[in-house]
Amino acid sequence: MSDMTTDPLLAQITGPTPGQLLRRRIFGHQGLLIGAVVLALLVLVALFAPVLAPHDPYAQNLLERMQPPVFLGGTWNHPLGTDHLGRDYLSRLIYGARVSLLIGTIAALISGLIGTAMGVAAGYFGGRVDAVVTFLINVRLAMPVVLVALAVVAIMGGSLQVVIVVLGLLLWDRFAVVMRSSTLQVRGREYVAAARAVGCSTPRILLSEIMPNIVNNLIVVVTLEMAHAILLEAALSFLGLGVQPPTPSWGLMVSEGKNMMLFEPWMVLIPGAVLFVLVLAINLMGDGLRDVTAPENRS
Amino acid sequence: MTATSKAETPVLELRGVTKTYSVKQGLFGTAKPLTAVNDVSLSLGRGQVLGLVGESGCGKSTLAKILLGLEAPTQGEVRVDGERIDAADRRKLARRIQPIFQDPYSSLNPRKSIEDIVSLPLLVHDVGDSASRSKAVREILDIVGLPARVMQTYPSQMSGGQRQRVAIARALIMKPEIVICDEPTSALDVSVQSQILNLLGDLRAEFGLTYLFISHDLAVVEHLATRVAVMYLGRIVEETQVADLFDTPRHPYTQALLKSVLTPDPGQGVPDTELGMEYPNPIAPPPGCHFHPRCPVAMDKCRTDRPYPVATPDGHVECHLFGGEQTQPTKSA
Repeated sequence: MSDMTTDPLLAQITGPTPGQLLRRRIFGHQGLLIGAVVLALLVLVALFAPVLAPHDPYAQNLLERMQPPVFLGGTWNHPLGTDHLGRDYLSRLIYGARVSLLIGTIAALISGLIGTAMGVAAGYFGGRVDAVVTFLINVRLAMPVVLVALAVVAIMGGSLQVVIVVLGLLLWDRFAVVMRSSTLQVRGREYVAAARAVGCSTPRILLSEIMPNIVNNLIVVVTLEMAHAILLEAALSFLGLGVQPPTPSWGLMVSEGKNMMLFEPWMVLIPGAVLFVLVLAINLMGDGLRDVTAPENRS
Repeated sequence: MTATSKAETPVLELRGVTKTYSVKQGLFGTAKPLTAVNDVSLSLGRGQVLGLVGESGCGKSTLAKILLGLEAPTQGEVRVDGERIDAADRRKLARRIQPIFQDPYSSLNPRKSIEDIVSLPLLVHDVGDSASRSKAVREILDIVGLPARVMQTYPSQMSGGQRQRVAIARALIMKPEIVICDEPTSALDVSVQSQILNLLGDLRAEFGLTYLFISHDLAVVEHLATRVAVMYLGRIVEETQVADLFDTPRHPYTQALLKSVLTPDPGQGVPDTELGMEYPNPIAPPPGCHFHPRCPVAMDKCRTDRPYPVATPDGHVECHLFGGEQTQPTKSA
């Protein structure tokens, strides 16, 4: 039978590997590249905040309060001006990136773990497990996130940890829904039946047959929920129920600046703009990832 | 492969295998039983190829799933080498029975390299270390006619025929005794179909494999099978040697199936099977003989009494035309 190897048609392997195709698609996608570069820059800023920040973000200097940014006639000592307590605005922005990214990442991680476990279990096992998970998703969807977060913060008191945990425990619904339907789709493929017929255990099937084929959807949802969590933190902090002062948070900066909004609009616009850029970058990246990691059948 | 093989222990034996699903229609509907496989008894000697033919929905694939241990039969038992197999022994079963699926585009995990796909059975059963597994993959790929360098490629880089060869390599790497081929060629181009069929034939001769070959293509079955079983609504209505079935089809359904084989002459169009288009609802099968609403020679008895298997020289048929003892071919063709 070894003479069959000489068949030229059989020896022919056409096209690049999936990895090569993926790399090609990534570098051909502008939105993804822009989003990724901006996000990477913001992550670097957050990581190296102590090096980059010109001042201590907590240091108050009442003699130099409410100084305008450079482009509105301020000095280079405070490039983006100072707030109503004389704290350096640029330093607070830089440290605020830490808060936003920390909350976004950890909340998305917690809710991702919860939602993925629930969704994959529901999709793979079906039946009663699916009924229970679907019920929990419906219960969760019936609860308005902001109201629940307000109630919890009112009871537990607002702090960074409470906000992270509350958001992490509330934002798993989309993970569960998306992972459930992706798993349902993949479960019916014959390679899953083949793996079972080979004698694979259920954990192995879930981890090595199902997960690799749905992880692209997971990445997209992670980015969306990260942006969602960052915006919610800003909203909660703005309402005074999220991160508590004096922690530098962009939502808190908008909140503190809102009293002066008519006279010093930059106090609201600067943190608002940075928040906008971060969320836009994350969404651009998520959008691009969805385009790029679509299954092999698209050309 | 002849009647003498009945004397030795069959390598695969089904005794009264029944699979009933409970189907719920609508939110408040009561669950109704759907008998997908109904009291099927079959036996296969070593090296035999049993062709299992029938329309879509007749229970062929459910039977395959039961044999692979993916579904547990509601009743009856499956024996391999005379040893009873429960669905719980899936790992044990996996060493002896392996599947080749219909669609090679869906049966290979697109995220895994060919080496990972083919060596998975070895990995799962803790056979050898990674070097010996890699060597085994190279050998089995050579046997199915693929060069060793495909090991590092992915399914998306391969053609349908190449993929099906990979699927065959995965099925054979554990050296199983029985291979369940669930329509292994129906998703392939006609030119590739014959290559794969010839490969399956060669492999059977080389490794002494036993095939259960599920197909709706009678030409394929005639080419490869030694015995044929015709399935209708979960029951085996006729089972016999392949030459016997094609020479003297007994059951009216078998006769209709044989008429449905397309001829190469395009002028003849789609042949008339005289069956009508309607396949009966398996949730509410017709009383008496399940086939009677579509049968051209149905009698009054067929509408009320279910037929029982009647022995024929080489197998059995389940039809009132053959009464209790009548075994010679009839004039009904």
